[in-house]
Amino acid sequence: MSIQSEDVLKIAHLARLGIQQEQVELYASDLSNIMNLVEQMNQVDTSDIEPMAHPLDQSQRLRSDVVTEVNQRETLQQNAPDIEDGLFLVPRVID
Amino acid sequence: MYNKSLQELSSSLQDKEISSVELSQYFLNRIKHFDGELNSVITSNEEAALVAAAEADKRIQSGDSGLLTGIPLLHKDIFCTQGLRTSCGSKMLDNFVAPYTATAVTKLEQAGAVMLGKTNMDEFAMGSSNETSFYGGVKNPWDLNTVPGGSSGGSAAAVAARLAPIASGTDTGGSIRQPAAFCGITGIKPTYGRVSRYGMIAFASSLDQAGTFAKSAEDAAMMLQAMSGFDEKDSTSVNKPVDDLLANLGDSIKGLTVGLPKEFFTDDLDSGIRETIETAIDTIKSAGAHIKEISLPNINLSVPAYYVVAPAECSANLSRFDGVRFGYRCDSPKDLEDLYKRSRDEGFGDEVKRRIMMGAYVLSAGYYDAYYKKAQQVRRLIKNDFVEAFKGVDIIASPTAPSVAFSAGEKKDDPVSMYLSDIFTIGVNLAGLPGMSVPCGFVDNKPVGLQLIGNYFEESRLLNVAHQYQQLTDWHLAVPAGYEQEV
Repeated sequence: MSIQSEDVLKIAHLARLGIQQEQVELYASDLSNIMNLVEQMNQVDTSDIEPMAHPLDQSQRLRSDVVTEVNQRETLQQNAPDIEDGLFLVPRVID
Repeated sequence: MYNKSLQELSSSLQDKEISSVELSQYFLNRIKHFDGELNSVITSNEEAALVAAAEADKRIQSGDSGLLTGIPLLHKDIFCTQGLRTSCGSKMLDNFVAPYTATAVTKLEQAGAVMLGKTNMDEFAMGSSNETSFYGGVKNPWDLNTVPGGSSGGSAAAVAARLAPIASGTDTGGSIRQPAAFCGITGIKPTYGRVSRYGMIAFASSLDQAGTFAKSAEDAAMMLQAMSGFDEKDSTSVNKPVDDLLANLGDSIKGLTVGLPKEFFTDDLDSGIRETIETAIDTIKSAGAHIKEISLPNINLSVPAYYVVAPAECSANLSRFDGVRFGYRCDSPKDLEDLYKRSRDEGFGDEVKRRIMMGAYVLSAGYYDAYYKKAQQVRRLIKNDFVEAFKGVDIIASPTAPSVAFSAGEKKDDPVSMYLSDIFTIGVNLAGLPGMSVPCGFVDNKPVGLQLIGNYFEESRLLNVAHQYQQLTDWHLAVPAGYEQEV
């Protein structure tokens, strides 16, 4: 499997990951090598095998819908890059 | 002092031969003296540690204490610690002060253990050499030109250099066992779901599991005992009572059947590693265990399947780092997309970016079935092989890693060759089984680790075999040259 430069740019956009132009080729070659490793999986037929999501085939536990957390807005916002009046600030989205 | 077991240290504390404040200061001094060159501890907790140690001394005075009360330890910087920077080895979280504490850390705190600091690690636990850390690589105390392994390289190097008696780690594809092997110490990763993942920064949620580093199996058991157990706050935590991990350590292993997977002992195996492992197996045999060849027919597909499952889960987990609510944000973003893209480009290192891209690719429209679903199917085949094998054996043994510690820089620019250094450990994570690494000798003056794999929730049997092996050998007591000195 060979991953081209345009694939790299597309994936990077999907992942909202800026990448430097001079690194695109390197990513393409690294990812192609990794995909070659990954494709060894095709050696085995898995058509009737149930995919495995949890090692113990455990399903997600449910809990009752009750409030267990207290409001920690101020503590949590101490780690925020930019806040105002208790809100997270980002560049203007709508003109 | 530095080579004393937890039992010995605990007795000294209980008998008031030494206080926890003195013991903590002793290890803090060792960190100050030796860690300049090792770079294993990235955040010191000195001030708070001495307060916690004084608290522990009070508990010991009042008789309200357990085995770990007053014992100093280090935590991998992947565990959130309230009020103390939790970086996960990344520039992205360089300024992140966790608003809450991981359950595993809380449990050890409640047991009275004293956190001296946080250890270096591969960025977001992605790496096998500790070279992807934003804070620089960690050096292996056995040979400063080599890597300590990864991703929990800081914890492993610190325990090997006797900078702390015990340390925590996490293991997604071998990140406890491989560094334990490279650094000549004992490390255990329990069954998936045994230790809570709450507050442990997620890399690949269906594989991540916390565990312990120690000098011996007995010490590892004592620490793991305190960390384990069901946690409401982790939806994948398993609600099952924890065995007494110390109760069976002394049992004889006579009559136990040890399986050797033929796929792990091929002609490609390094001859020095093979000889060392065979000698270790002979020792286990001499204690009365039966040795049996087994087959894990699909195990050669574990690295390929892992490099779909782990990156896919990583790309989803790491999407939370967007420069908005916490973590790194780029300077003067021109719009929201620029904010996301540049913050993530500047905040993440190369390996993390590579895995996010891999993950985004295998999950992208049209590829899901070919890669993610396929990998989850292969994963079941690998698990089934282990389940089948455990019908005929009690425990499985193999080398932990295909080589001893490699040189810094050797594999850094070749991701695939780096990934293959986890070839013996990854299958255990895919299956969710418990595994450990025990020091069993040296090749080229560098430590070799024996991997022991147990059936689900049989940590106690694993630790029993490892402890019995350590009664017959003293590899686990070896201290790297230069670090035997008292400071």
